[in-house]
Amino acid sequence: MAVCIAVIAKENYPLYIRSIPTENELKFHYTVHTSLDVVDEKISAMGKALVDQRELYLGLLYPTEDYKVYGYVTNSKVKFVMVVDSSNTALRDNEIRSMFRKLHNSYTDVMCNPFYNPGDCIHSRAFDNMVTSMMMQVC
Amino acid sequence: MTRPEMADETLFLLLHNEMVSGLYRAAEHGEGENGRCITKLENMGFRVGQGLIERFTKDTARFKDELDIMKFICKDFWTTVFKKQIDNLRTNHQGIYVLQDNKFRLLTQMSTGKQYLEYAPKYLAFTCGLVRGGLSNLGIKSIVTAEVSAMPACEYISD
Repeated sequence: MAVCIAVIAKENYPLYIRSIPTENELKFHYTVHTSLDVVDEKISAMGKALVDQRELYLGLLYPTEDYKVYGYVTNSKVKFVMVVDSSNTALRDNEIRSMFRKLHNSYTDVMCNPFYNPGDCIHSRAFDNMVTSMMMQVC
Repeated sequence: MTRPEMADETLFLLLHNEMVSGLYRAAEHGEGENGRCITKLENMGFRVGQGLIERFTKDTARFKDELDIMKFICKDFWTTVFKKQIDNLRTNHQGIYVLQDNKFRLLTQMSTGKQYLEYAPKYLAFTCGLVRGGLSNLGIKSIVTAEVSAMPACEYISD
């Protein structure tokens, strides 16, 4: 369902980024990069907005004609960005939320792995498998 | 985290004690000077703290400010790790926080009073690292030091 999934570190560099289909990958990298601005805006607007200021799920960041971009930020300021195909209208908010929860759970497992140094790129196969399962559900 | 497991606290206590004595034994046998043991313990605590915080903050809401984070550390974090809350939190509102625990779990088995006071810092280093790791993952750079005046009470000062 998801077309591209990215994990961005606190300092705004990507820890993990993967997209399907594998051509045009640069376009997705660019999309994720531009969505970071929107994420920052949502996090900093927290003080003024009255809605959902304490939630981790950020919701729809911005839609384009081909796809929609969703965001989620953890308490350790690690951001998850998910790009979803627009033609797939069956995807509801709850499903996106549950996908982000699964991502967060897997990320926590990676973090607790003593062989992983925080700040490195994520090479864990378990994490890869989980992301693959989220991306291939439709095809 | 809420299952009534009876032995897990003791397990961590014993492991921690063994960790400290193991490190010092290795130092005596020539693997680096003595002064580095406390740093090693603190760094171990740091990495563990980072992972633990990620797991504990998974379901909580986003934190509003520094004080919110310190309160979280005092209540939820300390309760999950040491099965009790911090007894006293003081701040000078300029970035220094003092966490006081009157009956620190890792020290209760050693003594109550002044006996063995000089050995206490070794046993506090890991927890200092734990707090520092947790804070660093939440975005706060800090220096954590610990003081013991009378066992088993101890204070953690976070800068």
